[in-house]
Amino acid sequence: MTIEGIANLLKEKFPDAGIEARLESRHPHVIVKPEHWLTVAEFLRNDPQLKFDWLRCITGVDYIEDKQLAAIYDFHSTQRPAQSDGLWSARGELSVKVLAPRDNPMVPSVCHLWGAADWHERETYDLVGINFQNHPDSVDDLNGRHPRRILCPDDWQGHPLQKDYEFPLEYHGIPAVTEFGQTRPLHG
Amino acid sequence: MADTVLESRPDLNLDVVRDEIGDVRTEEMLVNMGPQHPSTHGVLRIVLRTDGEMVLEAVPHIGYLHRCAEKIGENVAPYQYIPYTDRMDYLAGMNNNLAFSLAIEALTGLEVPKRAQVIRVIFAEMNRIASHLVSMGAYGLDMGAFTPFLYAFRERERILDLFEASCGARLTYSYITIGGVTDDVPERFIDVCREYLDYFEPKIAEYNNLLSFNHIFVKRTANVGIISAEKAINWGLSGPSLRGSGVKWDLRKVHPDCGYDEYDFDIPVGQGLKGQLGDCWDRYFVRIQEMQQSVRIVRQALDKLAGTPGEYKHKSGKSVKLPKDEIYYEIEGARGQLGFFIQGDGSQIPYRVKARGPSYCNLSITNEVVKDCLLADVPAIIGSIDVVMGEVDR
Repeated sequence: MTIEGIANLLKEKFPDAGIEARLESRHPHVIVKPEHWLTVAEFLRNDPQLKFDWLRCITGVDYIEDKQLAAIYDFHSTQRPAQSDGLWSARGELSVKVLAPRDNPMVPSVCHLWGAADWHERETYDLVGINFQNHPDSVDDLNGRHPRRILCPDDWQGHPLQKDYEFPLEYHGIPAVTEFGQTRPLHG
Repeated sequence: MADTVLESRPDLNLDVVRDEIGDVRTEEMLVNMGPQHPSTHGVLRIVLRTDGEMVLEAVPHIGYLHRCAEKIGENVAPYQYIPYTDRMDYLAGMNNNLAFSLAIEALTGLEVPKRAQVIRVIFAEMNRIASHLVSMGAYGLDMGAFTPFLYAFRERERILDLFEASCGARLTYSYITIGGVTDDVPERFIDVCREYLDYFEPKIAEYNNLLSFNHIFVKRTANVGIISAEKAINWGLSGPSLRGSGVKWDLRKVHPDCGYDEYDFDIPVGQGLKGQLGDCWDRYFVRIQEMQQSVRIVRQALDKLAGTPGEYKHKSGKSVKLPKDEIYYEIEGARGQLGFFIQGDGSQIPYRVKARGPSYCNLSITNEVVKDCLLADVPAIIGSIDVVMGEVDR
């Protein structure tokens, strides 16, 4: 099924979810609101026509000008060959962008649907700061309940890939140096 | 003594059923494996909850090698970022260069000259061989076989010599770059490379005799760490780790780029030859067979290179402007699907660069596979997934 077909199917199936499609992009995707993401994800995973069984990647992007954080999901749907020794093929490809407000970036976890989401969601929380609710590997601390960090240390403050992140000049007594004393790298 | 039969092919699965009767009840213990452990292939720490010899749970801790590669990507132009991609999967630098270059080219619509595409295929496949040689050698080492490692490095050395002659570097190449490759292949490259392939191809049978079908090695790896096809896809496994489970999926066939559709090659998959489908031995053996296929591809590409004169690089590779758009591009790297997500904002510097390393995704399945295994099987499983921590931590 083409991405246009999938977008139309989703719009038809979830008329109230306000699903938008960006098909003119080089990375055609559909935009879903966080409050509808869980039901849409279940549909994508289980619908016999779609069956997106392979979560390839979750990317977090900080759109600071739009005051939004985006979790971008890339999927493959695999097709078993007719003969047992044949090549598998891709039945479909899909990208979904879940846009969460920057001041309360809550997105439901989809770990129960795709095991691969586990580490990707932890990484996206760690670096971009999107809080995936009901993640199976969550911790409670001063920042509330959130997925456990994965690349940065557990007590790290802030999310390095947010555009307004300030580089810390000290960590547990270890001094840090930034180029030309700049604590926030220049973007663009 | 007429009835003495010397069994030439012993049943390898004779003692696989592990007898639990008579086991003494033991207390649970936490064992810290790594970050400095020879069989974790770098700085990987796994906290194992064990009961006697059984592993009940395994929690991998990563991030020891985190070098903020994605943050750096937001501060440099694409061609300046190429050397950082080398340092992700440092055993397959060419494939990393290729993935990032293709992503930028797909985003900006840059055309790559035909000759550059052929050179790219040759170097990507040669690097795949070199990477699988390290994987094979190190896996033997994990399983207590020291010698194959030395043979693997002997053969890899000559590949690195070829790379050195082409770009000056032996590990961090930055050879494949945006718009093509940094330089044309050196004089006599085609002949020397062909000579090498003729020398290398018979060695694969040698590795099989030495390691793959070695009785002890098979005992350590067959029927250990079984991953079913459904589970592998659900956890986002790719590359030999996925194909070991019998899934004949390869991006070089699914979405051919660089003209891979013009080459004739097969996709080896696990068949459960020595045990159950999707065990450690299957994943290991897929890599051995892939080396054979890479030799086939390089032979065809060398023929093609001789008949493809012209430019090796697009002139404006260094000055590309990224449109206000985004791309997610994946290629079949040595360890699996290596993807880059790039968001442009109209300037020369990307707004966001995200690397999807195959090792990262392949490693995330660890707990699923390792739990309820024997402690001694943990190195066998980790080694068969073939992780490079530089890419996991980025």
